[in-house]
Amino acid sequence: MTHEAHKTWMDAGPIARSVDWLRANLFSSWGNTILTLICLVLVWNIVVGFLDWALFSAVFIGSDGSACNAQDAGACWPFIGHKLGLFMYGRYPDAERWRVNLTYVLAVAGLVPLMIPRAPGKLWLSIYLLTVFPIVGLILVRGGVFGLPNVPTELWGGLFLTLVVASVGIVASFPIGILLALGRRSELPIVRWVCIGFIEFVRGVPLVTVLFMASVMLPLFLPPDVTFDKLLRALIGVALFSAAYLAEVIRGGLQAIPRGQYEAADALGLSYPHKMGLIVLPQALKLVIPGIVNSFIALFKDTSLVLIIGLFDLLGIVQQSISSDAKWFSPQTAATGYFFAGVIFWIFCFGMSRYSAFLERRLASGERL
Amino acid sequence: MASARTGPPRQTQSFAWLYDPRTRGIILQIALLVGVAAFFIEIALNTAANLKAQNIATGFGFLDRTAGFDISQTLIPYKSTSTYGQVFWVGLANTLLVAAIGIVLATMLGFTVGLARLSSNWLVARLATVYVEIVRNVPLLLQLLAWYFTLLIALPLPEAALQLPLGIGVTNRGLYLPAPVWQQGLGAVLIALLVGIAVSVAIGKWAKRKRLATGAQVSAFWFCFVAIVLPPLLVFLAYGAPLSFDYPKPGRFNLEGGIVLLPELIALLLGLTLYTAAFIAEIVRSGIEAVPRGQKEAAAALGLRPWQVQRLVVIPQAMRVIIPPLTNQYLNLTKNSSLAVAIGYPDLVSVFAGTVLNQTNQAVEVILITMGVYLAISLLTALLMNWFNARMALVER
Repeated sequence: MTHEAHKTWMDAGPIARSVDWLRANLFSSWGNTILTLICLVLVWNIVVGFLDWALFSAVFIGSDGSACNAQDAGACWPFIGHKLGLFMYGRYPDAERWRVNLTYVLAVAGLVPLMIPRAPGKLWLSIYLLTVFPIVGLILVRGGVFGLPNVPTELWGGLFLTLVVASVGIVASFPIGILLALGRRSELPIVRWVCIGFIEFVRGVPLVTVLFMASVMLPLFLPPDVTFDKLLRALIGVALFSAAYLAEVIRGGLQAIPRGQYEAADALGLSYPHKMGLIVLPQALKLVIPGIVNSFIALFKDTSLVLIIGLFDLLGIVQQSISSDAKWFSPQTAATGYFFAGVIFWIFCFGMSRYSAFLERRLASGERL
Repeated sequence: MASARTGPPRQTQSFAWLYDPRTRGIILQIALLVGVAAFFIEIALNTAANLKAQNIATGFGFLDRTAGFDISQTLIPYKSTSTYGQVFWVGLANTLLVAAIGIVLATMLGFTVGLARLSSNWLVARLATVYVEIVRNVPLLLQLLAWYFTLLIALPLPEAALQLPLGIGVTNRGLYLPAPVWQQGLGAVLIALLVGIAVSVAIGKWAKRKRLATGAQVSAFWFCFVAIVLPPLLVFLAYGAPLSFDYPKPGRFNLEGGIVLLPELIALLLGLTLYTAAFIAEIVRSGIEAVPRGQKEAAAALGLRPWQVQRLVVIPQAMRVIIPPLTNQYLNLTKNSSLAVAIGYPDLVSVFAGTVLNQTNQAVEVILITMGVYLAISLLTALLMNWFNARMALVER
């Protein structure tokens, strides 16, 4: 755009400006005009269809599926309303749910300041989140001590279980991933080959088979008197799976650090742990933050696979309520349930991806200084 | 360094080997090796003891035993009296079928959406963005279940089969397509087609050589078109149109005849295609955006038309960026097809690691075989990619 054109564009009134915008972006040629019209029809149909399903034809009141059985009825919202507690906490006892909520509060109290770049005390918050919080959280949700009734993990479910699997997976896979990435870049051949073997093996097979392995084969691997909780087995599978992918992301960061940094650390006489911990990793991890967050998003979505080995995470419990609760059977129960679960998953994943984009922009602008 | 040491020199000397990085490396590696070996031996011993205690057979002898169950979709001959070994091949064929069709569909949709995101048409670009952001951020398993159960509910019962043009029938038991029936003479048509393709390839090569030698544009398109279409058509007519179709007809309980696409297959394809296409779209977009602006401007300055700029300058360079992550997505799609187990499509994981495992209890063998198949596919693809990357790498001067 030339300077003159720019000036006239700025001088024109708001209506003329929007007409210009429409002409440039929607109706610049015959082909574009046709495309725009097709898209408009498409958008109109989708929006109207969705609003009709979710609002105008939807059923809002009812105590069982019969309310939603009407011909051409839309979403069956009472299904969600009646099952909300189940979807959020699984079969966790009603009277004890405050413990889960308190754990959420403790987590948010640590996480939110950590996510705001300018907030102080990052080190202490990280230490709190990685040491104090897991212990307190585990005592709170599992109970069995300090007069808290024990809630066995078979009762955990819904969004709560999804968050447990995702956060334990994230926290456990991160150090394993770093170790694997360092091992893969090691000069010691045996260390390197063990790490390459593990990473390529895990990345080469689907998560479903890893979970099958964790649920069917792990009990066979252990001595007969040792038994593992089903949830713990799934957690091990998810964490190892995610660690292999994370290792590849972190390896990318390690490779991007100039050779001079490694050599300078060596010249200073730093030992290997110091070299990596003080010089290389802080730079490498910063470089690959978007990739790390993407791995976490993938992990969050993958937690839904635990339903295949019989755990009732958010998707698992929605699926179970749809398929085996005859009381709520209606043509739209399934669609409503999946829509609800989808929206919740979407909010978490989209939120994480937006936060990663924000971090990326911030770090990029930091680089330019 | 030595002068800075404060300890007595003799002690330093006797422990000096401990501080030699090479010695440390060797010790660390031996420790790791012993650790890994101990881990596997422990696992093997425990597993052997556990299997014995639970009376589970070991070895691969079960592959020759009779399976005794039916499979809803078999691409290779299979009866319930077939062996577990044949179940494996049926499952593998079903997995490869879904992967192959899914890859083709996801590539087409992904490239379309990726280009749409870069469109100058604001609405088209925005719609593509919304699609990508919604689909990428919802678990694939949820999408598969949603497609499957909504399809089952939305599709008509067999009694009220929906009859579409061209003899296509739709019920909640599947999509019924007319099946072509092989007749005398169709082989000749196929041979004619192959000859036509070979001739066009030769013409194309000749045209390219001529262009490189003389600079003259030789348009071989119409020659090739005629060479591919005309001979098979003539042979087809000469044999008196030797092709008929087996149309699906209403039977007693269901439509009968034709090719049936199971609702599980359709839901799986829908889910895998839509999900993977969103990722492919992002790869295509970033690949095209990675081509420097100067390349397009230089091409335009040379007098190339816009479509020539795209075809000759932008896309070849973008493909170099696009292809490695694209292959990764193809692998992901293949691995993700194992989610078929959740909706009951008879893929490898579903029939082999599911049904066969439950019937034989031989978890170790079954899971190892299943993992081995996916691992082999992944490693094979990785090898191909390395070869391809080496060939495509920029030759810098």
